Amino acid sequence: MKKILMIMLVAALAMTAVFANGASEDSATVSTDGSTSMEQVILSLAEQYMADNPGVNVTYNPTGSGTGITSALEGRCDIGLASRALKDEEVASGLTQTIVALDGIAIIVNADNPVNDLTIDQIYGLYTGEITNWSEVGGADAPVVPIGREAGSGTRDGFESITGTEDLCKYSQELTSTGAVITAVSQNPGAIGYASLASNLDSVKTVTVEGVAPSEETVKSGEYKIQRPFVFATLTETPLSDAAQAFFNYCTSVDAASVIAGAGAVPVAE
Amino acid sequence: MKFGEFIAQKGYKDNPRRLMEDLIHIVFLILGLVAVGSVLVITIYLVVSGLPAIFKIGPIEFLFGTRWASTASEPEFGILPFILTSIYGTAGAIIIGVPIGFFAAVFLAKMAPKKVRETMELCIGVLAGIPSVVYGLVGMTILVPGIRIIFGVPDGATLFAAIIVLAVMILPSVINVSLSALEAVPREYEEASLALGATSVETYFRVTVPAAKSGIFTAIVLGIGRAIGEAMAIMMVAGNVANMPSLFKSVRFLTTAVASEMSYSSGLQRQALFSIALVLFLFIMIINAILNVLKTSGRDKK
Repeated sequence: MKKILMIMLVAALAMTAVFANGASEDSATVSTDGSTSMEQVILSLAEQYMADNPGVNVTYNPTGSGTGITSALEGRCDIGLASRALKDEEVASGLTQTIVALDGIAIIVNADNPVNDLTIDQIYGLYTGEITNWSEVGGADAPVVPIGREAGSGTRDGFESITGTEDLCKYSQELTSTGAVITAVSQNPGAIGYASLASNLDSVKTVTVEGVAPSEETVKSGEYKIQRPFVFATLTETPLSDAAQAFFNYCTSVDAASVIAGAGAVPVAE
Repeated sequence: MKFGEFIAQKGYKDNPRRLMEDLIHIVFLILGLVAVGSVLVITIYLVVSGLPAIFKIGPIEFLFGTRWASTASEPEFGILPFILTSIYGTAGAIIIGVPIGFFAAVFLAKMAPKKVRETMELCIGVLAGIPSVVYGLVGMTILVPGIRIIFGVPDGATLFAAIIVLAVMILPSVINVSLSALEAVPREYEEASLALGATSVETYFRVTVPAAKSGIFTAIVLGIGRAIGEAMAIMMVAGNVANMPSLFKSVRFLTTAVASEMSYSSGLQRQALFSIALVLFLFIMIINAILNVLKTSGRDKK
């Protein structure tokens, strides 16, 4: 009995030693911190990068663009993530921004809705409750049913910040996935919704915004208005660590384009 | 050698079956403790992670605040809309579901021919086994557009849709528990009533039902428990907007408030979600306590 116990104990010790060793084996860490909207993009990039480069550990801390920028500035992370362009004072305080991807958000209505085009002002009105009937924007006489995402969603944050409707939206439904938004819009003739450009929008009608249809090209050229940049914020003066620089180079390279597209954003690397 | 002494003292060497017996006892004890341990861990975890936000926000503002805007630039964390929605939604489900379930149980227990009863019980069994996401899906694709068209409201994803879904969901437990309560009434009671000249319907409602009263209350409380804890199905039909409840408005329940924001939450928002879970947990505890009281009082009478 005693012997068996002893053997088990030794085995357990040996195993912990082995695992502890495995984890600490000269692994370099690249820390990223910031925008929750970039979660999918950064996690896909990190996953692919870590698979290609064993021994490197890329971490992501979903705190929000503002926190990400601050922590990059204070050196608490290697790369700060922001889902908006850096402000002039942020650049002046010593940060450099690199756009890694663009995020286009499609505005969708029911397939039977005759409205084909909306301006940003009209979208603002439709979501804030200033416009309550589709006839006011050239549609049928039907009540407007604004459908959106839950608080904290990156798509919602992106849509509201671009259209200037933060904290003003009078949603009729707040759904927890892009698929649910599309389904809800496809079922209600008065519904309007928003969804990432990368999602499958076959069952609904995508409206043009100020005459421009959303597509990878129009997002890239900047013609399509409802879009925002995904930005890497890094210190201008202090160089990145080797590991962080390698990861940074990978993310901005053409190799990463398909990964970024797979995560639902528009890659900018050529 | 303490271990050796222990073996000798228990006499395991002479009696291996006794060793086996004791070992199995220990195994079962451990398995039993898994359940107790889970409850303890969950309770402690909820209290520890739920209380800080309540005090940070302020208990009054948290429980009686009427506006929930967790990600606004000036966040507000009032959960009164969720509490009221959960209460109204559950009450609505009970008002619709209990009469249907109760009369169905009376019919099944006392009036239904054998074939009909067997078929109906089979259906109720299936109804009980349907996963809640399926209720949600059917509600979302049929009920929500249906309500929009029938009642002429702009959007069918409302408290009313949630009430209907919940009412159907609590039917199986209401029917089954009332059914066994009605069946447990001694036959002599009914025979005595019939012998005194009462009709069979009079007998069922004047004799059988009063005698099965505590079982039927248990069924109602079980239904309340099921309805207040449901999340998935109502998340798909209620619209999830943090409005003060109203029958044809999009609403958010305590359960869906936690579920819908959890995935992207951070900081105080996340802590507040735990606080909501704690409030929900207290509700369920109260319901369980009522259930226990009902059960023991029912036993005392017999």
